[in-house]
Amino acid sequence: MNAVYVLSGLGIFSLLAEIFNFRKALFPIVILGLAVAAGLLVMDWNTDMSHYSNMLLFDNFAIAFSAAITVIALLWFLMSRDYFQNNTHVTDHFALVIFVIVGAVFMVSYANLAMLFLGLEILSIALYVLAGSRMNDLFSNEASFKYFLMGSFATGFLLFGIALIYGVTGSFDIYVISDKLLTPNPESSALLYGGVLLLLIGLAFKISAVPFHFWAPDVYEGSPTVVTAFMSTVVKMAAFGAFFRLFATCFAPVSPQWVDVLQVITILTLIVSNVTAVYQYSVKRILAYSSVAHAGYMLIALVALSDVSAGAIFYYVCAYAVGSIAAFAVLHNVNGNNETAIVDTFNGLGKRNPFLAFCMTVSLLSLAGIPPMAGFFGKYYIFTVAFQLGFTGLVFLAIIMSLIGIYYYFRIIIAMYLKSSDKTTAFEVPVLHQVVLVICLIITIGLGIFPDLLIDLI
Amino acid sequence: MLTALLIFWPFVAAMVALALNTKQAKGWALLASIVELVISIYVASMFTRDASTQFDLSTPWISSLGINFNIGIDGISLLLVLLTTVLTPLIVLSSYKYNYEKGASFYALILFMEMALIGVFTALDGFLFYIFWEMALIPIYFICLRWGGVNRGVVTLKFFIYTLAGSLVMLLGFIYLYLQTPGEHSFALNALYEAGRNLPAYEQGLLFWAIFAAFAVKMPVFPLHTWQPDTYHTAPTQGTMLLSGIMLKMGIYGVIRWLIPVVPAGVAAWGNTALVLSVIGIVYASCLAIVQKDLKRLIAYSSIAHVGLIAAGLFTMNKIGMQGAMIQMVSHGIVIVGLFYVIDIIISRTSTQEIALLGGIRNVAPIFTTVFVVIMLGSVALPLTSGFVGEFLLINSVFQYNYILGAVAGLTMILGAVYMLRSFQQTMLGETNSNTSTFADLDTTEKLVLYPIVIMIVLIGVYPAPLLKISEAAVDNMFMILSNYQTLK
Repeated sequence: MNAVYVLSGLGIFSLLAEIFNFRKALFPIVILGLAVAAGLLVMDWNTDMSHYSNMLLFDNFAIAFSAAITVIALLWFLMSRDYFQNNTHVTDHFALVIFVIVGAVFMVSYANLAMLFLGLEILSIALYVLAGSRMNDLFSNEASFKYFLMGSFATGFLLFGIALIYGVTGSFDIYVISDKLLTPNPESSALLYGGVLLLLIGLAFKISAVPFHFWAPDVYEGSPTVVTAFMSTVVKMAAFGAFFRLFATCFAPVSPQWVDVLQVITILTLIVSNVTAVYQYSVKRILAYSSVAHAGYMLIALVALSDVSAGAIFYYVCAYAVGSIAAFAVLHNVNGNNETAIVDTFNGLGKRNPFLAFCMTVSLLSLAGIPPMAGFFGKYYIFTVAFQLGFTGLVFLAIIMSLIGIYYYFRIIIAMYLKSSDKTTAFEVPVLHQVVLVICLIITIGLGIFPDLLIDLI
Repeated sequence: MLTALLIFWPFVAAMVALALNTKQAKGWALLASIVELVISIYVASMFTRDASTQFDLSTPWISSLGINFNIGIDGISLLLVLLTTVLTPLIVLSSYKYNYEKGASFYALILFMEMALIGVFTALDGFLFYIFWEMALIPIYFICLRWGGVNRGVVTLKFFIYTLAGSLVMLLGFIYLYLQTPGEHSFALNALYEAGRNLPAYEQGLLFWAIFAAFAVKMPVFPLHTWQPDTYHTAPTQGTMLLSGIMLKMGIYGVIRWLIPVVPAGVAAWGNTALVLSVIGIVYASCLAIVQKDLKRLIAYSSIAHVGLIAAGLFTMNKIGMQGAMIQMVSHGIVIVGLFYVIDIIISRTSTQEIALLGGIRNVAPIFTTVFVVIMLGSVALPLTSGFVGEFLLINSVFQYNYILGAVAGLTMILGAVYMLRSFQQTMLGETNSNTSTFADLDTTEKLVLYPIVIMIVLIGVYPAPLLKISEAAVDNMFMILSNYQTLK
């Protein structure tokens, strides 16, 4: 909980920085604050403390996800620093991002459905503004508006679902609900079914599962690149943590009611995202569809629920986030101030800047699931768990979709090494970006060689 | 310990190579691969010619998933490790006349691939085997992508996805076997053997095809061979040498180590089908080779034919076949590297690889012609060349299995003679033309590569016993275990 205080304090501090005019010092303070918050979270390991009369529960799952979110956010800050320097309203953006992180922490550590809603809203509203932060860009405005409208709608579903569940069980606390659901009341099964499904829809929107994913490509493409990077890593982690927490702990007793629906959603997500990504030429859209695809792979671990699912999802989401940060960092560098990026932007990068090309290759290989990168182990673990529980067809489908995934990831690699570009000016990569890329590289390969570090954590 | 050194020295050398410039990297790569060769010859000399796995190392790696870093060398692995370490310096040397752009990464990729290849041949843990199998794909992909010929983007991507598809199906098979291992699941070789042999015959049959998928794509076996001619054609010479010389042996090794002993009932049920497919591949590829106008493609198809014979010999489940496959693997590796280097020399001198545009090289380059004759006869499997030993044993075993199939498989010798001798005649004999009149004879580097190859072809052809002795005990042991299993079932 101390970490939440530090983070919230950091956010308010950023807002104050505008008034008291110390913008220059803000960045190091934020980095320090995030590091302190991560440290405080780690110190709470194995304590299982609950706060605010059981609204928040910092069990190992929550701490692991929160710490991972904070670390990824730290890497993100290091990567996006120049974006903030060039903008007006820097302090507002800082504050918004930090509030998103706070919302994310709530979303993975809630023990009460009202807290889930609160965390979701804190995260989403700040994100709606961030998506539209390029005020003069029509695409950015469109992205923000789309996200806001559809997100509010999805939150409406979520609230309705929560209300129905309250009607059935009489409580918002997820452990009380889970107890009550062990002895289901046949009269209220319709209400229960409705409530569970509505909650499923509300959260499926957030993780951009098909058919609730239509906002993702447009929002990812329209938002500024660094905000997209943030959305596809931190927000994805938080959303998945929330989703897992709800369905694996709270609704586990009634799993027959939602497993079939979730299975259909997973199959649709895997197929639609991978096949559509093949036809994309905008890199941000490719990465958007690829993040939808990764949500699909992670959902397999939910469909094939077992004791190790939490560890598998955590490992996968970390491997995916690190790979994404690296990919977006390279994209940010290559693109510069230009926000639209097509695959041709990467032409000849192998010659222009071999370091960037190498980092991009490693992170794309990790996202595609090639050993010995971390992404492979994530997929492998989830496939093994699903296979063990008998979901053979699903695993086959996922493997075929991974092969399709290779096609669009490799299109970028081929552009980097095969095609030549007329832009022969070598460009400078800022030191901070190099640091972030090297850290991501080490984590990707390190996690790939020693997956034990994270899988056994939860 | 020595095995770990064999695996990790090329990796370290590759990392060092990245820091050098092209000229230094060339020298460094040659030095590093020769060091590796020395280590492997030392290992071979210390190796006791019995059926045990020696120089092994087993440390827990990902214990929660039952994966150990378990490596070791037995007779079958040793032959292939020797092949890899002998061919790599030759491949590095063969690139000396070229000045590849960004050469440091080229040599680093070759060394990295050597590491993955030796890892595949020495892994005793199923998951580790898979990791090294996939790791071998990355460097060859980038070698072909960055330094390849026309259309390399499309061709290499097809090769990558094709191979990966087979590998992923194999991984599924391994995962299934892993889940069948008793108690604490484990990927150890012996645990997988136990699990596989105790499965009902129907499941073993399914697993046979799942695991065979990867090896069938890699070798390749008809009809999964369509990626090969284009890829061999588009890859740079060193890439093709790595692919045909060593990488396809991964597939054959996989069948020997990870397929036949794991699902013997599956092999009993489906081995015949695989054998028939291989024999079809022999005839099909040989006929296609005869009509090729391009030298590189001709040799690519001939490779499919020769490997088809090796695969057929494997599935005869016969000691002679297995030993024939072992020696033919070594011979084929040496011969095919020699053939592709010969083509490379022709291309570098005349900028063409079309047979019709060549001719009469013998008149201007006699040494080169002699070398080409010996290598070509090794491919045709003339007695006294290394090719003959292997092909004789293989055709013998296929004939014992089924004399019709044996006769058809024997066609490879006749058809092989047709396309090889014809290509030799049309390129080397006759009159020189505008392309070939200024053909310089071999220079020092080329001699340094080709003379050892020629010597090895003749030496192994005349005295194959030392090589056969290395793998004999392991092969005998494998058949003993399998026959015990057959009598029990």
